[in-house]
Amino acid sequence: MHSFGYRANAVVTLAVTILAMMCSMASLSDNFNVPSPTAEVKVLNINWFQKQANGNDEVSLTVNISADLSSLFTWNTKQVFVFVAAEYETPQNALNQVSLWDGIIPSKDHAKFWIHTTNKYRLIDQGSNLRGKEFNLTLHWHVMPKTGKTFADKIVMTGYRLPEEYR
Amino acid sequence: MGYLGEMVESIRSLQIRHVLTQIISLGMIVTSALIIWKGLMCVTGSESPVVVVLSGSMEPGFKRGDILFLHMSKDPIRAGEIVVFNVDGREIPIVHRVIKVHERQDTGEVDVLTKGDNNFGDDRLLYAHGQLWLQRHHIMGRAVGFLPYVGWVTIIMTEKPIIKYLLIGALGLLVITSKE
Repeated sequence: MHSFGYRANAVVTLAVTILAMMCSMASLSDNFNVPSPTAEVKVLNINWFQKQANGNDEVSLTVNISADLSSLFTWNTKQVFVFVAAEYETPQNALNQVSLWDGIIPSKDHAKFWIHTTNKYRLIDQGSNLRGKEFNLTLHWHVMPKTGKTFADKIVMTGYRLPEEYR
Repeated sequence: MGYLGEMVESIRSLQIRHVLTQIISLGMIVTSALIIWKGLMCVTGSESPVVVVLSGSMEPGFKRGDILFLHMSKDPIRAGEIVVFNVDGREIPIVHRVIKVHERQDTGEVDVLTKGDNNFGDDRLLYAHGQLWLQRHHIMGRAVGFLPYVGWVTIIMTEKPIIKYLLIGALGLLVITSKE
């Protein structure tokens, strides 16, 4: 009853149980955080807008993204993954979501940011439906915790429109 | 002479019963572990409800050795979700983020493109030859939660099988020699 084996077993079981409880409590504490992020995306320029050889439209844009995501950070947050996606509908596809830019915010100090960039990933349609297309720009964030459940949400900004003609 | 024979018989029968009890207890432990695993598969709707991160392509969010909890619901796949998928012909599942989604009007089928956060380019190089998109049936689950470092046990056991055999041998020895 008092051999090394039994004692080691008891200690390790207790340690693992306590660790598991601490991890789930840390994750639960994230639910008390009520985030209030703000974001704004401006399309500064449509650099070019072409139909590729395979028939798909492609557009390149320069955007200005400014956001304040500091209210998302809790003590259990490891990083926040943020990305801006263009969302639009076509006759063939009910929903198209194409990520234009993404970034990782490692800490609260970097959470209030401003960036001026061309799209990191190519905006290519399945088909050639983009002329004059109205689209939304959504800023999504994924809060990745130190342990536990991930949280994700987004801000939808409407009212953007692609040019009527290729250029 | 008869008395001695009786004693030997009784000792031997005790031993056999003892060993059988041990084997049955071990069998119970293994089957309860299996029940828990299959139960988790049912609850999460995913073929493998827990995966270990094997590469550094999602750093700094997920490092090698972290464990991801997966869940597969009927909700449509949307950009930004971290999904675990199998490419035809590769047996190791890959955990990356969805960056492009094209969902058909009529059938609801989706074309999905993924990319690891820490990779420069998208995953088209990893897909099967000539494959440009993933479909829903390639995807095993979405990552909904994670625990750091716990997966190192699995990685060590896979990469150095000696340790796996040592552990099983030690467990077997413990079972045989313990007195309860």
